[in-house]
Amino acid sequence: MARITASVYTSHVPAIGAAMDLGKTHEPYWQPMFAGYDFSRQWLRENTPDVILMVYNDHATAFSLDMIPTFALGTAAEYQVADEGWGPRPVPKVIGHPELASHIAQSVIQQDFDLTIVNKMDVDHGLTVPLSLMCGEKDPVKDAWPCPVIPLAVNVVQYPVPSGMRCLNLGRAIRKAIESYDEDLKVQIWGTGGMSHQLQGARAGLINKAWDNRFLDLLIENPVGLAEIPHIEYVREAGSEGIELVMWLIARGAMADVDQARPLPKVVHRFYHVPASNTAVGHLIMENPVQRLLDKRYQL
Amino acid sequence: MALEKPYLDVPGTIIFDAEQSRKGYWLNQFCVSLMKADNRARFKANERAYLDEWPMSEEQKQAVLARDLNWCMRTGGNIYFLARIGATDGKSFQQMAGSMTGMSEDEYRAMMVAGGRSAEGNRYLGEDGDAQPQHQPQGHAGRDAQAKGH
Repeated sequence: MARITASVYTSHVPAIGAAMDLGKTHEPYWQPMFAGYDFSRQWLRENTPDVILMVYNDHATAFSLDMIPTFALGTAAEYQVADEGWGPRPVPKVIGHPELASHIAQSVIQQDFDLTIVNKMDVDHGLTVPLSLMCGEKDPVKDAWPCPVIPLAVNVVQYPVPSGMRCLNLGRAIRKAIESYDEDLKVQIWGTGGMSHQLQGARAGLINKAWDNRFLDLLIENPVGLAEIPHIEYVREAGSEGIELVMWLIARGAMADVDQARPLPKVVHRFYHVPASNTAVGHLIMENPVQRLLDKRYQL
Repeated sequence: MALEKPYLDVPGTIIFDAEQSRKGYWLNQFCVSLMKADNRARFKANERAYLDEWPMSEEQKQAVLARDLNWCMRTGGNIYFLARIGATDGKSFQQMAGSMTGMSEDEYRAMMVAGGRSAEGNRYLGEDGDAQPQHQPQGHAGRDAQAKGH
């Protein structure tokens, strides 16, 4: 049986990718932010999954106004790195996992989520920056990402975007889908975007440390309560682009404790930093308890 | 029955909803075209001629030519799409976002390094925060304008 071992949450600011691509990570501006990911890179090397399901948003890259799917699941064998206007980032292409992705698509649609299935798309900084943050610099040709990635693109560009509760419930459906897959795979689910930021208008540059940290607290301890917060609170408190944070609820909803009488996931890392360009950077790693080992112990 | 739009009273903020999307359709699709290097080169060679290939309104074209992102947004542009114009000009997201506040690049960067803009007074129209209409433009530009006015 496949299972979700851990969830990772991180911002995906494009300037972070640019800082890595241009070798600026040791500059005083960037050094404290990247230091927050030293632990995470070591953790991922020691806990490399078989597959990552990456929840992210496309920034008008694969999806222009031609098509605006609310939830788009990638079932392709591979994804090219997009040219977002500055030229493609010099990072490896992304290898998919079509078998597990197709299984998730079928199961989640049967649980009443109307996913869009995508067999061809380029991936933008929303997906590649979290990989870079967690894996470090990678040569676009000689290197590869540590495992296949299944992209789940969420519309947070055109309102209305999905509600927090809808996202949490999609996460629950994804967990059921993964646990009904026969092959013994370790899967991590990553929720990306945020934290507080606004990129537009006279209010550009808004940052709300208190609200962001309350979001992190609630995400850990009370995800169902957090999922009830309406969009307008995100906009007022965390800026118009802070709404990306609803995507973290998909990853959180996939953790075992949300549906079952299980202890809260173990928080192995928490980090918060301001600023990265226009944005507050937030980061969490949560592990599911190794329940199968516990189960086995009790059976014996 | 009217649609629920609880986001119209946030200062300095335009929410890109279905109505804005409809208004800005061609402006945003023009921006998407700049993801191709060939199109970026053609646009840079003759901006007006390239814009005239698109069924955008004259106002939208003027807003693009002026690189006035607030104006672009009022005519239906979305920042993720408009970012393609900035990318074509070699500008970062921080330069683009800062340009919408009236602050200089250095002023905006300093605000971010100091922890960003506070939400205090900037949650609802009618409060007195720095993003409210009565306090525009921000930074030196705003102080100069105020000095001239008095």
